[in-house]
Amino acid sequence: MSRSSKKGPFIDPKLQQKIETLNRGNERRVIRTWARASTVYPGMIGHTVAIHNGRQHVPIFITEQMVGHRLGEFAPTRTFRGHGKDADRRARR
Amino acid sequence: MARISGIDLPREKRVEVGLTYIYGIGLHTSQSLLQRTGINPDTRVRDLTDDEVNRLRDIVDKEMRVEGDLRREVSMNIKRLMDIGSYRGLRHRRGMPVRGQRTKTNARTRRGPKRAIGVRKKG
Repeated sequence: MSRSSKKGPFIDPKLQQKIETLNRGNERRVIRTWARASTVYPGMIGHTVAIHNGRQHVPIFITEQMVGHRLGEFAPTRTFRGHGKDADRRARR
Repeated sequence: MARISGIDLPREKRVEVGLTYIYGIGLHTSQSLLQRTGINPDTRVRDLTDDEVNRLRDIVDKEMRVEGDLRREVSMNIKRLMDIGSYRGLRHRRGMPVRGQRTKTNARTRRGPKRAIGVRKKG
């Protein structure tokens, strides 16, 4: 179920504050964040946000189309390398 | 001949059902359409008067997104997800379930027929 519209979107307060100060000074700097649950709001457009994926921060350039999505959607937390590699299979036989 | 937004019409069916042959119109939409136009849902498509057909066509053409337009919208939405590099887009690209379903078993609709993996032990 999606979030109640009564509450409005969740935007991490600290992250928002940082971005607003950058906007005020017209700066562009990579911001590291752990707030994967935070919604992308229009003020973020053009910034590069380094989103934590559990191991490292993945730098993502925010575009207009991303507005409304959560930051975490852009930094995958799993690396899937596939099942049953040939070498693996031969070793087991 | 009842031809609405392109190609459609099964003549022998009740309008209520006949309309659902249009991509983008299900039973619910079909019923509300018929109610708005005041057409009896039980009439057969072939028995519709020209006037009735025109009334339906009017609404469908003007107010609704059906067939090609709708298909395009859907695929554009999916394309958008893929282009912005979101997790959902990634799942679409891989042909895997998008909404967090399990993939240990099932998910055959998205993933297609089973492919054998692993080694068979010698008997």
